[in-house]
Amino acid sequence: MSDESPMIEVRDLTKRYPGRTAVDGISFTVGRGEVVGFLGPNGAGKSTTMRILSSFMPATSGTVRIAGFDVFHEPDEVRRRIGYMPENNPLHTDMRVRDYLKFRARLKGLGFNRSRERVDRVVEQCGLRDVQKRIIGQLSKGYRQRVGLADALVHEPDLIILDEPTIGLDPHQIRSVRALIKDLGKRHTVLISTHILSEVEMTCSRVLILNQGQILAADRVEDLESRFSQDGRVVAELCATADAVRDAFRDLPEVESFDISAAAGDHVRLSLSPRNGTDLRPLVFETARQNGWALRELTRSRHSLEDIFIHLTRRQKGEGR
Amino acid sequence: MGVFLALVRRELGIAFNALTGYVVVAITLLLAGFGLTGLLDTLNSDRTDAPITEMFFGDGLVFWLIVIVITPVITMRSFASEKSQGTYEALMTTPVGDWQVVLAKYTGAVLFYLASWVPMLCVLVGLRQVAGVPELLDPRAMAGALLGIGCIGSTYLAAGIFASSLTRSQIIAAMTSLLIGVGVWASSLRPAGSDGSGDTVGRVLDHLSVTLQMKDFARGVIDGRALVFHLSFTLLFLFLTHRVVEMRRWK
Repeated sequence: MSDESPMIEVRDLTKRYPGRTAVDGISFTVGRGEVVGFLGPNGAGKSTTMRILSSFMPATSGTVRIAGFDVFHEPDEVRRRIGYMPENNPLHTDMRVRDYLKFRARLKGLGFNRSRERVDRVVEQCGLRDVQKRIIGQLSKGYRQRVGLADALVHEPDLIILDEPTIGLDPHQIRSVRALIKDLGKRHTVLISTHILSEVEMTCSRVLILNQGQILAADRVEDLESRFSQDGRVVAELCATADAVRDAFRDLPEVESFDISAAAGDHVRLSLSPRNGTDLRPLVFETARQNGWALRELTRSRHSLEDIFIHLTRRQKGEGR
Repeated sequence: MGVFLALVRRELGIAFNALTGYVVVAITLLLAGFGLTGLLDTLNSDRTDAPITEMFFGDGLVFWLIVIVITPVITMRSFASEKSQGTYEALMTTPVGDWQVVLAKYTGAVLFYLASWVPMLCVLVGLRQVAGVPELLDPRAMAGALLGIGCIGSTYLAAGIFASSLTRSQIIAAMTSLLIGVGVWASSLRPAGSDGSGDTVGRVLDHLSVTLQMKDFARGVIDGRALVFHLSFTLLFLFLTHRVVEMRRWK
């Protein structure tokens, strides 16, 4: 179909298991070339959604189109366009890296010569050259993860779906896998699921927050952060007495409330909440300058994705009761 | 076709990469060795005109023991282990058809089964050389026995593949196919001397009796009905397996 159709188009997707609704009427679109993070606590429905997207299992209701092809009615067209790495990255541990990738390339419909070419390419791309003759079962987890990624890439799919690609890796391995994913974003559309928030912040342009089978938020990471940081508190550490500081900030119209505590050295720690979301930093600086106080810290607390996530998921739990 | 061959190669690869393959061959050889000593005793004690294939495959228990034991071991892995390791999901999200997967797994199992008989057949050929009596191993009886091994194996393996597709546990898969295997064999046993006679039910049962079929095969008698019997059961089990594989896509 046409290249203009979005890469992923999900409408009213619902998946019910006996006695449980895993995914509850979600809709979203992912455009070509986006790197989207699928964020949610364990059991939120991330893997279920990904399995439906990769046409491993059907939805109870709703439609999913990948590059314009319906996952239920045209599964082969969909599968040719998707590189999917399932949860826990299952591999044939008795095979050698190169043989495994070649085998997978053949399954994905690549001819003999073409699969050899592509395997050479992905082995290079995923940094597997030194281990390509080794048996997968004897590789470290980080290398196995790369083998999984190489497998997802081997047939040059338009869309790459990775279910928790960095789970169980050590910090070094996580870094290298993330770098790889980021690199993939340049040429492919990528959808990754994770419950690690920093991962989304680092690798994704957009995030979908999923909880209990529903999408709670779908936005660019920066937009989400700015949307939720309107009550941005400002924290300052000043070299002054608590009383002097209290007097200075007591009757200001921009300040909703403030709090002073002792800090290390001769300093006090001042924490201010603004009225109407004004940025209080210039005010604090100006006051400190006028009074001749030394200022050693001045920060406006940003809501991290983590705060937003906790906030959203907790609120929903409260409503559910 | 290329995809199918890649899958079959993979199936054979697992058998020989892992220990299971060699265990199967070892079991076969061990049991066949017992059968062989029995056979040698018979050959030494009285003069007989019966070809050794008949003595070994037709009358002996050893052949059945081998078939009943090794077919579940060969097939238990096929779907169950892929499901439990999660590679099933990776396999089924590639553009490979359900039939291709079922047939490839089946073909792999059949090839491995036949391969595990090869050492045993070499022994029989060797025995003929050593004994110096060419009539002992009639080529036609040998061909019949081979066909019997193949036919009976194909039904048992198809049943095993089906059992494996039902579960993610290799043990359950093996037990299920063992049960089917023993059941089919036990139902075809007859009290001594009741061959060929009996009422209608008895005659129907005789036609369904795999042990009687194998006796014919081992004598070099190829009965079309037996071939149809095994072909239909093989297809039935493969069809059922395909339904199970496809069931995942039911709403």
